[in-house]
Amino acid sequence: MERPTIAGRTLKFVVLTAITLAVLYPFGLALGTSLTGREESIANGGSYVLLPLHPTLEAYKVVLSGGAVTRAVLISISITVIGTAASLLCTVFLGYALSRRGMLFGKPILLMVLATFLFTPGMIPSYLMVKELGMIDTYQALIVPVLVNAFNVVVVRAFFQNLPEELFEAARMDGAGEWRMLWRIALPLSKAVIAVVGLFYAVSYWNTFFNAILYLNDQAKHPIQVVLRQYIFRGNAQAGADIAVISNLPAASVQMAVLIIALIPIVIVYPFLQKYFTKGVLTGAIKG
Amino acid sequence: MVATTAPPPLEVETEVRPQRGSLRERLRRDWTLLALCLPGVLYFAIFFYVPVLGNVIAFKDYAPFLGINESPWVGLDNFTMLLAEPEFWTAVGNTLQITALQLVLYFPAPIALALLLNSLVGHRIKRFIQSVVYLPHFLSWVVVVAMFQQVIGGAGTVTNFLNSHGITIGNLMSNPDTFKLLATAQVIWKDCGWGTIIFLAAITAIDMNQYEAAAIDGADWKRRLWHVTLPGIRPVVLMLLILRLGDILSVGFEQMVLQRDAVGAAASEVIDTYVYYHGVINGDWGASTAAGLMKGVIGAALIYAANKLAHKFGEQGIYR
Repeated sequence: MERPTIAGRTLKFVVLTAITLAVLYPFGLALGTSLTGREESIANGGSYVLLPLHPTLEAYKVVLSGGAVTRAVLISISITVIGTAASLLCTVFLGYALSRRGMLFGKPILLMVLATFLFTPGMIPSYLMVKELGMIDTYQALIVPVLVNAFNVVVVRAFFQNLPEELFEAARMDGAGEWRMLWRIALPLSKAVIAVVGLFYAVSYWNTFFNAILYLNDQAKHPIQVVLRQYIFRGNAQAGADIAVISNLPAASVQMAVLIIALIPIVIVYPFLQKYFTKGVLTGAIKG
Repeated sequence: MVATTAPPPLEVETEVRPQRGSLRERLRRDWTLLALCLPGVLYFAIFFYVPVLGNVIAFKDYAPFLGINESPWVGLDNFTMLLAEPEFWTAVGNTLQITALQLVLYFPAPIALALLLNSLVGHRIKRFIQSVVYLPHFLSWVVVVAMFQQVIGGAGTVTNFLNSHGITIGNLMSNPDTFKLLATAQVIWKDCGWGTIIFLAAITAIDMNQYEAAAIDGADWKRRLWHVTLPGIRPVVLMLLILRLGDILSVGFEQMVLQRDAVGAAASEVIDTYVYYHGVINGDWGASTAAGLMKGVIGAALIYAANKLAHKFGEQGIYR
């Protein structure tokens, strides 16, 4: 096949560079601004700074030394850890049972899971259910209503189905029941898919925003994404400005420090996630 | 599907869990598995199927202190009330406009990016760009909107840069006239990269011999793209288009809630936010449930119809 022309290659290079920069620039800008100290901010007219000359962690120290952001971070961490563990357990249990051929009621239960793809119950009935269960203003409201994701069940089930049946056969010969087979055979062979599904759950719990404003009236219970919104959008970022006044820091630095805190766990788990997700997404898409 | 005359696969004794035996025997054998299903089944029952039934309040004059059962039936009153409500039609109009913009501008974007990425020869560079463009998918909407704010908001760096060079774009983050384009741009920034995954996989699955045959026949890259690559990914494109059709009435809910203060309800109200503000906030339960129910039914009907249509054109669709 012929080689691409110089012009074509240049164009490609320019387009891809532009796309990459369009993604990375806002990250850099937020990080740079969050590390900007008072003098430098004044010199820049209080605006955002991509590359601070004298980076300082002041803004992080201030927002993480107690107060609304610190509390929200702790809440979000707890929700994420507990929620991910609970979701993973339920998803793996259901996915495993549905992967065993000929299980009693296997067909109807599978249909019950798949039917959820076609329709949504709607916000009001879901809200009333949560209310009925007395979960308004409780942390459970951020976990229980989103406990199991049907797509993740399908992904896990597909993975378990592809494990060689002989292994289970051999274990059965040795007298193992389904419970033991799940823990001793299925799970050890499925670390990749467990990792990716767990990370998907963790990301969605960490990013929880709407369920928090829907179900939690008590501001003291708000997770980090809701507090971030308060800092950046609500009432001209009053919260951020208040802290800035008290601590003598530029408001933009404080706001961007909260922004970075709200996204840093994602960036940390991202490399692990990325190693697996292509595979996870595709098994789900093909088998679904 | 032409060759359906192939012999059925041999029924060897690989079936380790035979479907015979009395119910009681099978129960005794499968009770562990059933117990494992229990949390998940309970979850779907309580948070999916019961709320689906809860949609009856669309036909009731729901009063919280009476509860769903005791509230009186009102027939289709909620629907007639809703349809006479100008604000509801604003929400429908905004939803359809944003969906149309997304279909035209956002839907093809991941296909184009996937083709571009696929044409890269260097593996490391390709991997690097993939890592970068997938990342925004995992950010929350609060973070994404904040990112846009610092770049093209009133005090944004790009806004300032353009201002200082004599180009005034104003504050794009609070301009109701351009909001729908902005919302589409945000979706593209967040999900275009992630959307390439499925197309890249489809492109990789195309038989390389087809390209070689086409090249031998003298087809240049444009013709190979048109006659080999695009037909090769057509089933995937159609499948995603069908799924998108089912979602035609759901556009970025959190995205709209977050930017409502800045651009106002007239520009950013969509069906989902209408349901939220009129139902949960203002307590107009019946009418907003009716809006949600109509949305759900239309979505399911669209998926069904689009899938039928795909079969008519001889495509796989999403289910048979």
